[in-house]
Amino acid sequence: MIRPHFPTCFLQWGTPMRERTSGRTVGGFRNLFLQGPAVTLLLLWMLVPLGMTLWFSFQRYNLINPMISGFAGWDNYTYLLTDPALWTAMGNTLLLVGWVLAISVIGGTLLAVLFQQEFFGRGIARLLVIAPFFVMPTVGALVWKNMLMHPVNGVFAWLSNLLGLPVIDWFSSMPLTSIIIIVSWQWMPFALLILLTAIQSLDDDQVEAARMDGAGPLAIFWFITLPHLKRAISVVIMIEMIFLLTIFAEIFVTTSGGPGLASTNLAYFIYIRALLDFDVGGASAGGVIAIILANIVAIFLIRTVAKNLET
Amino acid sequence: MNPTMTKKLLLTLLAWGIALIVFFPIFWMVLTGFKTEGEAVATPPSLFFEPTLAGYHEVMARADYLKFALNSIVISFGSTLLALIVAIPSAYSMAFLPTKRTQGTLLWMLSTKMLPPVGVLMPVYLLFRDMGLLDSQLGLTIVYMLMNLPIVVWMLYTFFKDIPKDILEAGRMDGAGTLQEVLYLLLPLTLPGIASTGLLSVILSWNEAFWSLNLTTSDAAPLTAFIASFSSPEGLFWAKLSAASTLAIAPILIFGWMTQKQMVRGLTFGAVK
Repeated sequence: MIRPHFPTCFLQWGTPMRERTSGRTVGGFRNLFLQGPAVTLLLLWMLVPLGMTLWFSFQRYNLINPMISGFAGWDNYTYLLTDPALWTAMGNTLLLVGWVLAISVIGGTLLAVLFQQEFFGRGIARLLVIAPFFVMPTVGALVWKNMLMHPVNGVFAWLSNLLGLPVIDWFSSMPLTSIIIIVSWQWMPFALLILLTAIQSLDDDQVEAARMDGAGPLAIFWFITLPHLKRAISVVIMIEMIFLLTIFAEIFVTTSGGPGLASTNLAYFIYIRALLDFDVGGASAGGVIAIILANIVAIFLIRTVAKNLET
Repeated sequence: MNPTMTKKLLLTLLAWGIALIVFFPIFWMVLTGFKTEGEAVATPPSLFFEPTLAGYHEVMARADYLKFALNSIVISFGSTLLALIVAIPSAYSMAFLPTKRTQGTLLWMLSTKMLPPVGVLMPVYLLFRDMGLLDSQLGLTIVYMLMNLPIVVWMLYTFFKDIPKDILEAGRMDGAGTLQEVLYLLLPLTLPGIASTGLLSVILSWNEAFWSLNLTTSDAAPLTAFIASFSSPEGLFWAKLSAASTLAIAPILIFGWMTQKQMVRGLTFGAVK
């Protein structure tokens, strides 16, 4: 059987089995045997905790008070949904996700264009600018908190003094903003990394042709670069959203959700319910809400990825 | 000077300015690690100082630092190894024995990544408590392996896809069984891909902070949790924190720089090439 050498094997979905040489009709069993472990493990990892979360969310269940037990109906949900703290946490989650997305995607796009240009030492500059994404979140957050944003000994305080500006006590006067800054610092390099890869597949001839026709740099960016990056940007937005919805470590090591509830997001709110209040039922109901939110985003992401597989 | 040169110089200035600002926190942390505790909190911040390894000595002298580092190494490499063992056969069959269900299976695996960890915190915590897996290396290893399995399968699948089927077919003609085919043909051919997949999995496990903070307390706590312990007010020893942080991120930063190209592929599930 003669087959062309260029990669026809790229993504030929749904190719019927007879494509294989004969004698492979037992492929079904082989697949089952080969994929079985991975599929089974993931199935368990998904279904068991998911089922238990759903079950717990309808139970009265408190770890330190075994007297509280039994079926709760919708009580956990009504209690949670009428708790103003949940709505504060939801609001904070939206602010956090929205701002970090805006900063990292807009910043990442502009930086991708900049770091695509020819300049001296481009390779090293690129390495430096994507570095924050590889820094573990607890390290990143603590470095910002202690060494940069500290109101007495931090670099920012020193800079403010130097310029004669008032010193800001970042974490007590604007806790959520501080966290947004830290998280953006971590995720903008991610957006940049992805978009820089995507921008490299931009057709130079097309840009050159547009320039010949008298298009300025802004027009080229708006009408050629941006449409080219459209899919990559949407993928960045969706992936970041899934991670940002449940930002935890950065809050844990900086503000612990405070002062008050000022920097508590949904993930931290559930954590407080679960491991500090030991309210299994309430925490699980919160978990179900988080899962629903994440799934709304996930459906779109999976659709985009699937579309990409077919083309 | 000609205009292209001027433009290039301006771009260099701008891009390097931004790169240095973005990198500054890391630079500052590394620098602070070589200061004494007194210099670390000095205002104005001291840029020129006599470098000392006191911070590093102190961190290394704390017997538990090595324990945390060892936990990180065991857990991230262990989970990666397990994930590779489970994922290689699966990716092999998806790449070389595709059926109508393959795409669905791949996408479904992806979808398990979308489950927010906080949504299943309670059941996993309780299951681990009942099975004695809380604060154990094994427990965290299992969680990280499951967490990274979809990405590992996905990445291996894309690397296997690039191998022409003819090569494997030729091996089969020569009488190689499936196992030999994988061991002697596929694995050597895709070793770079497998290595970068493994590195990505190590990076993700090493930096993971939600499960490590919630499922461990002391015995099995990795470096993320150790660093987090510096967040308490009494733990404000900046030179020590910086030294410990530098040690904790240095290997991962280097891995990350090495594998950034493949990482884009893995992190976006092949949607951006």
